[in-house]
Amino acid sequence: MVKRGMLELLVGLFVSLGFVALFFLAMQVSNLSLNLDQGGYRLTARFGNVGSLRARAPVTMAGVRIGRVESIQFDQHTYEAVVVMRIDPQINAIPEDTIASILTAGLLGEQYIGLEPGSSPDFLQDGDEITHTQSALVLERMIGQFLFKKAGEG
Amino acid sequence: MGMTRTALMQLGTSVLAGLERLGRAHLLLLATLCASDEVLRRPRLVLEQVFNIGTLSLVIVGVSGLFVGMVLGLQGYTVLAKFGAAESLGILVAASLVRELGPVVTALLVAGRAGSALTAEIGLMKATEQLAALEMMAVDPIRRILAPRLLGGLISMPLLAAIFSAVGVVGGYFVGVGLLGVDAGAYWGQMQARIDVQEDLVNGVIKSLVFGLVVTSVALFQGYEAVPTAEGVSRATTRAVVQSALLVLGLDFILTALMFGGD
Amino acid sequence: MFAEPPVNPDSGASSKESHAEPLVEIRDLCFRRGDQLIFADLNLDLPCGLVTAVMGPSGSGKTTLLKLITGQLKPDAGSIRVAGEEITRLDQQGLFRLRRRMGMLFQSSALLTDLSVFDNVAYPLREHTRLSPSLIRKLVLLKLEAVGLRGAWSLMPSELSGGMARRVALARAIALDPMMILYDEPFTGQDPISMGMLMALIRKLNDAARLTSILVSHDVQETLRIADWIYLIAEGRVLAQGTPAALTRDPSPWVRQFLDGLPDGPVHFHYPAPPLAKDLLGWG
Ligand SMILES: Nc1ncnc2c1ncn2[C@@H]1O[C@H](COP(=O)(O)OP(=O)(O)OP(=O)(O)O)[C@@H](O)[C@H]1O
Ligand SMILES: [Mg+2]
Repeated sequence: MVKRGMLELLVGLFVSLGFVALFFLAMQVSNLSLNLDQGGYRLTARFGNVGSLRARAPVTMAGVRIGRVESIQFDQHTYEAVVVMRIDPQINAIPEDTIASILTAGLLGEQYIGLEPGSSPDFLQDGDEITHTQSALVLERMIGQFLFKKAGEG
Repeated sequence: MGMTRTALMQLGTSVLAGLERLGRAHLLLLATLCASDEVLRRPRLVLEQVFNIGTLSLVIVGVSGLFVGMVLGLQGYTVLAKFGAAESLGILVAASLVRELGPVVTALLVAGRAGSALTAEIGLMKATEQLAALEMMAVDPIRRILAPRLLGGLISMPLLAAIFSAVGVVGGYFVGVGLLGVDAGAYWGQMQARIDVQEDLVNGVIKSLVFGLVVTSVALFQGYEAVPTAEGVSRATTRAVVQSALLVLGLDFILTALMFGGD
Repeated sequence: MFAEPPVNPDSGASSKESHAEPLVEIRDLCFRRGDQLIFADLNLDLPCGLVTAVMGPSGSGKTTLLKLITGQLKPDAGSIRVAGEEITRLDQQGLFRLRRRMGMLFQSSALLTDLSVFDNVAYPLREHTRLSPSLIRKLVLLKLEAVGLRGAWSLMPSELSGGMARRVALARAIALDPMMILYDEPFTGQDPISMGMLMALIRKLNDAARLTSILVSHDVQETLRIADWIYLIAEGRVLAQGTPAALTRDPSPWVRQFLDGLPDGPVHFHYPAPPLAKDLLGWG
């Protein structure tokens, strides 16, 4: 058996290694944003179709993640999807006429929201709505349109 | 006719015996969990078991994690590169490790390394009448011997699995970024964007807690119920490893279906 | 037939004690293991403050009897009363309360193999008392001194010989100064010197500490010398009982067979079996 002090030392070493690993997984691998709820501000956007967008999907601008999708609800009066995004607090100068589109990472990848900045001098505030939106591209619909156009041409 | 009858009777007998064993296993687990208050008075008992189960498994778990991560990096790269998606390598490596391979492979390694040792230890204590001697000294072996080991397993397993996954992610980085030339920023960035603390990490930890309970309690039950002879103990050890491996794999499927199957 | 056992005149016990209520009372005890009937209507008394020996052929159930008395096994029928409590009806807490006052020396010494000799003997003290470490140290060394192994306190059980391990186990059994000690074959594997020392120790513990001792042994001469009362059991029953003096004079054939170690006689010293010829001459 191991000596008295040695045992405590080795167990302490093991446990702290385990917690370092957990910390590494949380911070480096999954980027736990500790200021998830207390920081940032909310923007909403309405889409005719969100495709397979999910809560916690990234919100990007110029390809850089600046926030996350917080929730997706259905508005049964307008038959639109209402997407609530939480934007990181340091990103505080998004023009009012910004366009939000639902994009796909890679050909078959997951969907996310890309913001295309407008040129308005006024910036969006907490709770504002992005009015210019572009819905998700649905593959079946695209193929259908393509065939329809081809048929019309021929 | 008579043959069928005896065959059916044998089947019935063995099913009943199996059920009875299952019942006893659960009763023992319940008794052990109820007896865990003892360790609050003697934390050193648990400390010793965290050493036996956790610290001593550190090397095998770390080395295995490194190699599994490196293999994931290599295989993932060849597949993803075909679709021009080599940048997603980080997601593939991290998701496979954190969700599945970390908890499962760690549980299998611990079952082989520490679970078998637990069974042999308890079985030998039974064979050499040490358990009976404890009872004669008015010391409950369930409190004194089984409960600290169960707790030690429960504590060690998630920590070992986290170490396995962390080392594996680094191993994948070595191969993917270091050898195959994937962009380091993409490796970490895509990983961070898509691995979720709640969904992936917490679920992985829950899995390994369940596996810790299963592996340790199967090992303890097999030792406690072992036939007190050299052969009986060796059989019990084999059974402990086989049963906990099967249970871990089966439960992993069920847990994965429950946790990730919904969306 | 089961009158109060008279006191061995050689022993130090006074006649007053012998009339005390028996510490252990066994009535109509039945116990079977599988198909094998080990005890059938066994009746046995262990009087307070005396050394009672139980002798019998190997496999006759002596170890089983000790396990029944200490509640490690439950009888199929009959009653076992220890210190006035019906052991068959006690729950675990009741059993543990009673066992704190019992010491048992196992046939296989049953030391905890991951603890040193010192820690083994200290184990019951640390479990059940709140004594200071220095006091525990003194007590442990005294108990080890009593069995002649004070110098071996730092060894591990794997470093002991069989006889030494047995003596350490004895030190552990007496660590809490129990009211009753059950010795399962304490003399096997002992050299003549430690044998003599053990006998003196058993006698001394019994007389000085007012212990009740139950001694299971095959060593006829030693047992005759230190026991106050002897039970001979075989085939699940008490075949004879009496003081050592009475038994040595007993002319009955099976008492003679056992005490004089005759190879064959009225008692079957073999495990129950079909006739040898039948087993040897094929399976038909
Ligand atoms: N665990 C067990 N399972 C089944 N049968 C057993 C078990 N232990 C003992 N027996 C049987 O019980 C009988 C009595 O055994 P026990 O150990 O009490 O004998 P004993 O009188 O102490 O013998 P010895 O003098 O050799 O120690 C034996 O015939 C043995 O076959
Ligand atoms: Mg015996």
